[in-house]
Amino acid sequence: MSTQWESVIGLEVHVQLATESKIFSDAPVAAGGEPNSRACGVDLGLPGVLPVLNESVLGMAVTFGLAVDGEIARECRFERKNYFYPDLPKGYQISQLYQPVVRGGHLDIDLGEGRARRIHLTRAHLEEDAGKSVHDAYAGLSGIDLNRAGTPLLEVVSEPELRSPEEAAQYFRALHGLVRALGICDGNLNEGSMRCDANISIRPVGQTTLGERTEIKNINSFRFVERALAFEIERQIGVLEGGGEVVRETRLYDAERDETRPMRGKETSEDYRYFPDPDLLPVVVTDAMLEAARAGLPELPAVKRERYARDFALDDYACSRLTGDPDLAQYFEAVTATGVEPRRAANWVLGEVSAALNRDERSASDIPVPPEQLGALITRIDEGVISGTAARAVLASLWQEGGDVDDRIAGSGLAQLNDDDELRRLAREAVERHPAQADQYRAGKNKLLGFFVGQVMKASQGKANPRQVNELLRDMLSR
Amino acid sequence: MDSETVDKLMRLSALDLDEEARVRLGLDLDRIVALIDEMQSVDTEGVLPLAHPLDAVQPLRPDRANAAVDRATLQHGAPATRDGLYLVPRVVE
Amino acid sequence: MNAFATVAELRAALAERRVSAVELARACLDRIARQSHLNAFVSTCPERALERAQAADLCIAQHGQTGLVGIPFAHKDIFCVQGLRTTCASRMLADFVAPYDATVATRMDAAGAVLVGKANMDEFAMGSSSESGHFGAVRNPWDTGRVAGGSSGGSAAAVAAGLVPASTGTDTGGSIRQPAAFCGISGLKPTYGRVSRYGMIAFASSLDQGGPMARTAEDLRLLLAGMEGSDPRDSTSADVPATAAEADARPLRIGLPDEYWSALDADMGEALDAARGVVERLGHGLVSISLPHTRAAVAAYYVVSSAEASTNLSRYDGVRYGHRADAPKDLDDLYRRSRSEGFGDEVKRRILTGAYTLSVGYYDAYYQKAQRVRRLIRRDFLTAFASVDAILAPVTPTPAFELDAMQADPTDMYRQDVFTVPASLAGLPALSVPCGRIGGLPVGMQLIGPHFAEDRLLALGEAWQRETDWHTLRPPESSRGAEVAR
Repeated sequence: MSTQWESVIGLEVHVQLATESKIFSDAPVAAGGEPNSRACGVDLGLPGVLPVLNESVLGMAVTFGLAVDGEIARECRFERKNYFYPDLPKGYQISQLYQPVVRGGHLDIDLGEGRARRIHLTRAHLEEDAGKSVHDAYAGLSGIDLNRAGTPLLEVVSEPELRSPEEAAQYFRALHGLVRALGICDGNLNEGSMRCDANISIRPVGQTTLGERTEIKNINSFRFVERALAFEIERQIGVLEGGGEVVRETRLYDAERDETRPMRGKETSEDYRYFPDPDLLPVVVTDAMLEAARAGLPELPAVKRERYARDFALDDYACSRLTGDPDLAQYFEAVTATGVEPRRAANWVLGEVSAALNRDERSASDIPVPPEQLGALITRIDEGVISGTAARAVLASLWQEGGDVDDRIAGSGLAQLNDDDELRRLAREAVERHPAQADQYRAGKNKLLGFFVGQVMKASQGKANPRQVNELLRDMLSR
Repeated sequence: MDSETVDKLMRLSALDLDEEARVRLGLDLDRIVALIDEMQSVDTEGVLPLAHPLDAVQPLRPDRANAAVDRATLQHGAPATRDGLYLVPRVVE
Repeated sequence: MNAFATVAELRAALAERRVSAVELARACLDRIARQSHLNAFVSTCPERALERAQAADLCIAQHGQTGLVGIPFAHKDIFCVQGLRTTCASRMLADFVAPYDATVATRMDAAGAVLVGKANMDEFAMGSSSESGHFGAVRNPWDTGRVAGGSSGGSAAAVAAGLVPASTGTDTGGSIRQPAAFCGISGLKPTYGRVSRYGMIAFASSLDQGGPMARTAEDLRLLLAGMEGSDPRDSTSADVPATAAEADARPLRIGLPDEYWSALDADMGEALDAARGVVERLGHGLVSISLPHTRAAVAAYYVVSSAEASTNLSRYDGVRYGHRADAPKDLDDLYRRSRSEGFGDEVKRRILTGAYTLSVGYYDAYYQKAQRVRRLIRRDFLTAFASVDAILAPVTPTPAFELDAMQADPTDMYRQDVFTVPASLAGLPALSVPCGRIGGLPVGMQLIGPHFAEDRLLALGEAWQRETDWHTLRPPESSRGAEVAR
């Protein structure tokens, strides 16, 4: 009988904090830019330079700690983690080992169908990001760009409580939604604003001790977390069932090949020699800072989700999609504020609006159609002024060119066709042109009604009132 | 100090020494370790480590990006650059 | 103008237009060139100096002499000065042109002082003899066969030989006080945090402190005013009131630590006893005190300073600046050869010692233990300062030793720091002033005060120097230094 395996997964997520300047220098934090154009003397580790802690960085860490109900260290420290690597300018990374800013806390993840799990956090600590190596530009050489060096990171470490790749991905999503809602991270995964390292081991079901683990580095999307872990679990099962042993190692996930493989580089040391950074002093979180952070806490995604389910009667999917993105949630609420029925508003926001955002690679903070306009558009459908199909066309045109819903409906001839005589004429034409289908319908193939409705909608260029067309056709075909 | 330890320290420190220098350095390190071991007899039971002579706390910097980065000046005299990048022998990941 | 004039005298001369800043700068540059055998300088900056001196003369013409306007001086070559080579006396940085100013450099410029050159030192300030630098040993002006002390040996020799009236130095475990004593000048290690470390190339971050070196305590007070002050770019700089401009001369209780005094040999004991007598005549009370953990200070100091140094020097990797080995075959080769070629033996010893004390299995026994000892040493001082206002102690066990005398066993030299490292570990201010001669060589005494009590120490030093003339003695002009002191 084959062994049943279970996986034990812990995630370390590096959350890039949305500050104006770097954690220890006053150089700007921003993606892209000319190489080394955003690396000042401190970021380059010039002789004689010194770090000074950015107050926003500490404030954001405190905000996070409060939001996950963790213990905020009233005094924390920074240590040096020593190793040589070209993207690490000082030969050490300033990080927190012994006294992190946040200990403990938890995050609830949504497993769908009303199931949720509470995942405990080990800690969250502050550290500086490294630069980047560019490998392909020059033969035999790598180029070092230190623009990213010194970017503030909050590393959020979960307990090894995740039991499947799906749970890991949901945890990553929940964390993403939380830090976005808190406004401490832009959540832009494509630009590496959140990067995940996954620790994974497997063990036979029922075994209480942990198996040897591997660490998968630098995964930057929800989907890749799931796929990298699924691959790695299968690999480890293969190794163990083949009589081998899992080797403790760091592996990279290659999304193109959908596989993990051992890292060959030396971005590691046999001994990091952590010790308190003597250029920095103990960091104290004052009562005033705690109070300010507490007062500034927004509604958290979990609370918002409950409210949406309760007040708007939205299903699980809509609740978690909308609350996963604070900007989308805000937009949705603004649409409902125009008087639109919430579930209708949710359908439009999660349907047409989200699709257009994806297509244009825009974020929800950047929706070109004001929520009042979308609200008006949905209202016109409800009033029968315009069909759903035509409304989609109106939205598309507003999206591209802006403007007012009613002007657009009037100016484009997209107003709904409600004239009974005209609709009757179109329906008759449709039936006469497709006698075979009409006979089949009459023989009991009721599904064909949709076919005829479609013909009429097409002939009316989408303007026909579908409810009226339905009635007319049913009447006509039953004779 | 055994050569294994000296080797490890040299790896950690990214230093390379020829055999003669290593032997000499090993002897020096033995003497230095003997000197620093003189503190071992001090009773430090219950005494907290002191990382800084003053009991000060970390000042915080306002989150403003004030730095003017003049890459040309910063890279003047850099050993090897191209297109604004610092060049190193190829990094294997 | 007398090459051995004090800063205070030069201020008066400038104010009364008896001399111009340009003349002073030229005279310094001349003497530096003529006394090059002392090897006190790594580089000079004549163009910059004359330009600044002209500006100073203009300023004096318009507003009179204030602060340090027009006073020529040298920076230890550990302070970054934009556009100037800043080497730390290391091959690693032999061609490094600083792209920015240290805060101390900015402040001295703002005070109107005229930088004439960068003073030689021990490589990365690691040493007590200024022999370890890439540019060779500094010679003691009192006997060129002897060391000037270190690590601020060039700064001390330059002042002692009348090349400049003042200089900056840095003190991690005695690097201002000991060369000041060996060269017969005055030097102040301020309280840790008094002077910004920004732009001062780091040796051991929790110990390093910049400070002034000059002929008199009065000059040190003037120079400290030009250097001190909290700095938003240095997290460890202290936000405290500036040192007072005027001395407060009330009678004090002065502690004499048994552990220091009992360790003196006959000659040094005699010199210090005489000094003690003068302090008593000045109206101060002397009491015997105990600093019981003194004997562990050298060990704790070498653990802490080497640990911090080992990682402070990791940034020198041949990638962004500094020495890079030719044709590295891979990344590891680039690191190892650049660093091995760029650093001298003493620096390597400290880096390896530091790596050892921080590594797995040794961290608790060495680094943590040393930090605990450090707390005990600070406690000793704080306890003492509950009953005394200042501590009178020797600076060094002996006068300047001969060149190469301490090369066989590095720990021989380390042990020379026994009287200076305790105050460093505790972050206390300490003044070194000349207090006698042994065999024709100057020796110094040390006044250690509570945190931020520089004013009290300087007042004591000023009063002492009104009573004594050790600080006015000049070294013999060597045969190669042709100028005759007027």
